Amino acid sequence: MRVTVIDYKAGNLTSVLKALRHLGAEAEVTDSDLALVENAERIVLPGVGHFQATERLDATGLTVAIRAAIGRGVPFLGICVGMQWLYAGSSEAPNQAGLAHFADGCTRFPQSGEKVPHVGWNSLEVRPGSRLLAGVEPGEFVYFTHSYKAPVTADTAAVADYIEPFAAAVERANVMGVQFHPEKSGETGLKILGNFLAWEGQGPA
Amino acid sequence: MITKRIIACLDVHAGRVVKGVQFVDIVDAGDPAALAARHAREGADEIVLLDITATHEGRATLLDTVRRTARELFVPFCVGGGIRSADDAAQVFEAGADKVSVNSAALADPALIDAIGRSFGAQAVVVAIDARRDPHTADPVRDAQVFVQGGRKPAGRRVVEWAREAEARGAGEILLTSMDSDGMRTGFDYELTAAVSEAVSIPVIASGGAGTVDHFVDVFGRGKADAALAASIFHFGVSSARSLKEELERAGVSVRLPC
Repeated sequence: MRVTVIDYKAGNLTSVLKALRHLGAEAEVTDSDLALVENAERIVLPGVGHFQATERLDATGLTVAIRAAIGRGVPFLGICVGMQWLYAGSSEAPNQAGLAHFADGCTRFPQSGEKVPHVGWNSLEVRPGSRLLAGVEPGEFVYFTHSYKAPVTADTAAVADYIEPFAAAVERANVMGVQFHPEKSGETGLKILGNFLAWEGQGPA
Repeated sequence: MITKRIIACLDVHAGRVVKGVQFVDIVDAGDPAALAARHAREGADEIVLLDITATHEGRATLLDTVRRTARELFVPFCVGGGIRSADDAAQVFEAGADKVSVNSAALADPALIDAIGRSFGAQAVVVAIDARRDPHTADPVRDAQVFVQGGRKPAGRRVVEWAREAEARGAGEILLTSMDSDGMRTGFDYELTAAVSEAVSIPVIASGGAGTVDHFVDVFGRGKADAALAASIFHFGVSSARSLKEELERAGVSVRLPC
């Protein structure tokens, strides 16, 4: 299986590529080649750091190409900031629009006395019917590192709790996102990436 | 619920794990890739590899070691030792590290923290601080001093202030080693760890002094640490992260189990 990994110069792709290849995927990377996105079988958008970095997706034309691919039903997985980009935007960079595939915006964890960023292994409450998280048992842990998060809505596939409940994963038809890092989440993470790679698709959202 | 992390530390010299052993006649503790994989399998939440060679000639060996270690490792992987520039960091990331830890180079040029954070994100920058209490002042914890060169030379900075500056510059975590406790197996420096943890909003990893399970319970409790580093207790099967975490869970500490 072939996976197109989008590079928008937000951090290091080595771990994501390594995990995908470990699972038998043929992973190719592009930072601007729109033809690769147009012919993609599956797309992964990783990303760490600041939401502002996603402006590069707009500047390179990748936003338009990815939107079209999603419209054709190509399975898409956003990781961390890559998941946040699926929403309308983030208060981290209020002038930078996201894809708005999901309507809500991402916000910073509220002041609470707890530390922000949320760093470490946290458990997931998987909602019934998630294909991305199929086989993930209650109480399995995944690795998070982030200060901004998406709200819990009808499209939320898994909820995690830190200061308040937030969307650890989102899923609607062929479009999926995870706030945590499956490539760094041991066997649980590999299972989730494997689910994404194995998913046969069921047409556009 | 967020869990407290147990981080396995491998000290590496010339491509081999060398320290963290109490048995003096067994200096070579094994292959870093094999040991990292074993720690991850046995429940370590994260792996830190510290290059204690840290010479210019040793860089190629280190990068090869990082590459081999990262290959089959699917938990967070931090590499430190000898990272003096954003370019050094980039090479280590390219080889498969998720985070780098910087210490003396960041003290010499604090802008290094900003530079690595800008390119790779704050989550990728761990600032390691070697700390010693200052016994000559009224408040040895508040006035604890940062040391460089393996704890031999004072850096002229207070620990708590340097931790705050590191956070302001974009560090993602602080790795705090108490030189007073290191290697003693008599427990972490709980007061100093708590003072740093309360001074910053980023996670603090406590290091130095672990000898018993109770030491870990205390560093997560009154030490207010978010994670704890352990080297020697993991080698040669003395204890595994899993058995440590099972005991921590019994003591009421939230940990990743089963793992």
